[in-house]
Amino acid sequence: MKSRCYARSVLPAAPSPSLPRYVRPPPPSAAPSEPRHRPEPFPRGECAINASTSPPAVELRGITKRFPGVVANHDIDITVRSGTVHALVGENGAGKSTLMKILYGMQKPDEGTIAIHGEPAVFGDPGDAIARGIGMVHQHFMLADNLTVLENVVLGSEKTYGIGGRARARIAEISDAYGLGVRPDVLVEDLGVADRQRVEILKVLYRGARILILDEPTAVLVPQEVDALFENLRGLKSEGLTVIFISHKLGEVLSVADEITVIRRGTTVGGADPKKTTARQLAELMVGSELPSPETRESTVTTEPMLTVQGLRMFETDSEGVERTVLDDIAFTIHKGEVLGIAGVEGNGQAELVEAVMGMRGLNAGVLTLDGKDITRTPTRGRREDGVGYIPEDRHRHGLLLEAPLWENRILGHVTERPNSRGFLIDPGAARRDTERIVEEYDVRTPGIEVPAASLSGGNQQKLIVGREMSHLPKLLIAAHPTRGVDVGAQAQIWDQIRAARREGLAVLLISADLDELIGLSDTLRVMYRGRLVADADPATITPQELGSAMTGAAAGHLAHQPEDPEAPGESGESGESGGEDR
Amino acid sequence: MKKFDKDRVLLGLAAPVLSVLGALIVTGLVLLASGKEPFHAFHVMLTYGSKSDSQVYILNKATPYYLSGLAVAIGFRMNLFNIGVDGQYRLAAFFAAAVGGSMSIPGIIQIPIIILTAMVVGAAWAAIAGVLKVTRGVSEVISTIMLNSIAGIVIGYFLQDGRLGVTDKLANTITTKPIPSGSHLFNFTTQTDPVVGFIVFAGLAGVVYWFVLSRTRFGFDLRSVGRSESAAQASGVSVKKMVIVSMLISGAMAGLVGMSTLLNQSYQFSTDFPAGIGFTGIAVALLGRNNPIGIAVGALLWAFLERASNGLEFEGYDKEIVGVIQGAIVLAVVIAYELVRRYGLARQQRQVGAELAAAGSDDKQEVTA
Ligand SMILES: Nc1ncnc2c1ncn2[C@@H]1O[C@H](COP(=O)(O)OP(=O)(O)OP(=O)(O)O)[C@@H](O)[C@H]1O
Ligand SMILES: [Mg+2]
Repeated sequence: MKSRCYARSVLPAAPSPSLPRYVRPPPPSAAPSEPRHRPEPFPRGECAINASTSPPAVELRGITKRFPGVVANHDIDITVRSGTVHALVGENGAGKSTLMKILYGMQKPDEGTIAIHGEPAVFGDPGDAIARGIGMVHQHFMLADNLTVLENVVLGSEKTYGIGGRARARIAEISDAYGLGVRPDVLVEDLGVADRQRVEILKVLYRGARILILDEPTAVLVPQEVDALFENLRGLKSEGLTVIFISHKLGEVLSVADEITVIRRGTTVGGADPKKTTARQLAELMVGSELPSPETRESTVTTEPMLTVQGLRMFETDSEGVERTVLDDIAFTIHKGEVLGIAGVEGNGQAELVEAVMGMRGLNAGVLTLDGKDITRTPTRGRREDGVGYIPEDRHRHGLLLEAPLWENRILGHVTERPNSRGFLIDPGAARRDTERIVEEYDVRTPGIEVPAASLSGGNQQKLIVGREMSHLPKLLIAAHPTRGVDVGAQAQIWDQIRAARREGLAVLLISADLDELIGLSDTLRVMYRGRLVADADPATITPQELGSAMTGAAAGHLAHQPEDPEAPGESGESGESGGEDR
Repeated sequence: MKKFDKDRVLLGLAAPVLSVLGALIVTGLVLLASGKEPFHAFHVMLTYGSKSDSQVYILNKATPYYLSGLAVAIGFRMNLFNIGVDGQYRLAAFFAAAVGGSMSIPGIIQIPIIILTAMVVGAAWAAIAGVLKVTRGVSEVISTIMLNSIAGIVIGYFLQDGRLGVTDKLANTITTKPIPSGSHLFNFTTQTDPVVGFIVFAGLAGVVYWFVLSRTRFGFDLRSVGRSESAAQASGVSVKKMVIVSMLISGAMAGLVGMSTLLNQSYQFSTDFPAGIGFTGIAVALLGRNNPIGIAVGALLWAFLERASNGLEFEGYDKEIVGVIQGAIVLAVVIAYELVRRYGLARQQRQVGAELAAAGSDDKQEVTA
């Protein structure tokens, strides 16, 4: 058996030179391990922790959880050994998030028991779980938009370090130690998805969790950020913390996990040893059937422009009253049948570019032409009617009405179009029928179309949005992380759908943190850095590593593939390669 | 499926019934604590409140309450808290009365003009709050409260001899010029007092409210904004425009609140024109959960309680006890709805469990996930 005792020298990772913002200084040794608040059954840092003698960190026995019309968990057993990274995988709607919410006290199991470090536990609410040293980063963010990062972190644990200077210092300390680059005084409202993800992680560390639950923490992070996070996880593990990790990126799972549990249709179907399993085998275990192999690519790019963007500029005044240029002289053309991929670390203007094309934000300069028509002054609704489809990066904020039933969500964004309405009246009957169709065709796992969107699993919400947008046969699809949170099977299906529509002349503006998706799907690649398109690349030859380093602003102009340069952008290597097996 | 629906109706009724029961219990305890006999009091309320002249009184009172509830509910539907219905309807009624008193043309034309004036004034007054919110980010709660008192001042300024008012020598008050009898709205005569004809318009307003909100594109957009502003915006709704438009509609609806009094009862606006109905509307909208039928029930209940309080007074009870009931009902409603919702959820889950147990283990897989 492999020793789970890690030398502390593992911790200080080599600072990543390519990504200045997330450079990790050597962590102060005390950083995440304040002894207070931690019910710890054995001395910290002691190498005597032995699986055979010490009780497991988490033991779930016979957990069953029912929701109206579904059984989310059925008689689940899981054992998570202390000081390990334990991955939980399974297809969309398999019940992973529900199980973790039960462990975190957010939901009560109908049957079954929980034991933490060998002691039985009953959690009435997350407060009880936090008191036992459990912390959770949710699949969907649970932050208050109108509060600052500091306020969000402190909220609910005001007693830990107060709400003033001490809290601020502690946040800075954690942020530095884990290379999170969190700015305490920014409003959460103004943060992108990756930044919000980091705040969520910091929030959990701040509370001094010893058992960390991470529900798809990497879905929106680029490889460098994923690597930094994993480096941190290994560091945490060496300090005796236990991590439970959910992800659909199987390459990642294999590289970071010590043990893997596969859940299918609400029950555990087995474990896998990350050392001996390939991503493909894992996928088969998850979905229960072989995966469709990726289609060979053929070019469908035409010469007819679908979207032309010229001289796009956008300024923004931040909270200190300083004017910043968020989009600087952006110009590109997407032709019919072309997928234009934008690579970049989040916060370099991608979100603003999407909002500009969608008409959700005003421009300071520039002209947008859609299929020969000037849409610069067209409002969002007009653009949608003209054939712009939109898969937003944050589905809860921009894509769904969580409390509304599925069929009303099917209307959202297309209320003026058939089959949702006739004239000024909506047509609930037709909308319902079409929702049934989408649920069927896109394999949205749901007990019915009258349930609120909030009760769908994250991946199934995403499938519903993709289905909705594709159903209106868009001319231009703006796809931000289109496969965020969907399982490998559904991912392949969504890619197929996009490829099929592309053959019919669909133009796609693709933004994704998943470089394999970006390279695999795009016909043209542009790199965005500090609000500008700084480089372009040929997806046929570029490697994820090369693209990854270009995203940090290291390169400009045309990126040519350099066959022999193994040293070059070492950062993204690991997850880049293994991620490739996902498909 | 049929059975499911019946259960749903029962569950839907459970909440309001529970809340009224809860309120009665609270009131009973209060009565007991003050040394009075509660059941007798309830008996008095019931018998007095259901007398035929009371029934007419209740319908006439409920009419403006209903309209006020609708006006508030429009705001609620998109997360706007229009506290200004009170100022909006009084200002609207005042100018409508002034316009009505200054004209003498056939009622068939004049009555619509009066109603229209009221709606326009109400809408304009509400729009101020909308514009302030959109352009300056002023919370509508604050601005509508301010606008309520400003409305009072505006009325006070114009309601003077030589401006828009005339002194009524007999009653020793200042009123607007009375609306000529040709422009009085029809009434429904009964054995006792007549029922106001404007109740028909109130009913129509309820139908329009339901239709616009749940059947039209516009209504869908409005509800989207109420559920998620950011998602609505991404879907193509101009949230700012929607704030102003919904304030306009809410204000226009508020303009109708004073019309039953003006066109069916007082025919003029004087200093004793009913006030405070805008606030009643908030309670009524809460009671009715923004549902047009629910609001009607809420308005009738409110009017009944007010009527019943008179009966209590005759019997030597404190009429304030009705205030206690009203407050308790609003609180109980909030609690009861949550309880019923949870119960319904738990029951459904038990059903799922039972069905699963009944079905074989093979079928289990079908239902799962
Ligand atoms: N609050 C809820 N109400 C009703 N049903 C729910 C609720 N939460 C989850 N479910 C249902 O339980 C099942 C499991 O959902 P869960 O979110 O645990 O899936 P998951 O494994 O996390 O999937 P994903 O990978 O898509 O995030 C799904 O069928 C979902 O529809
Ligand atoms: Mg999930």
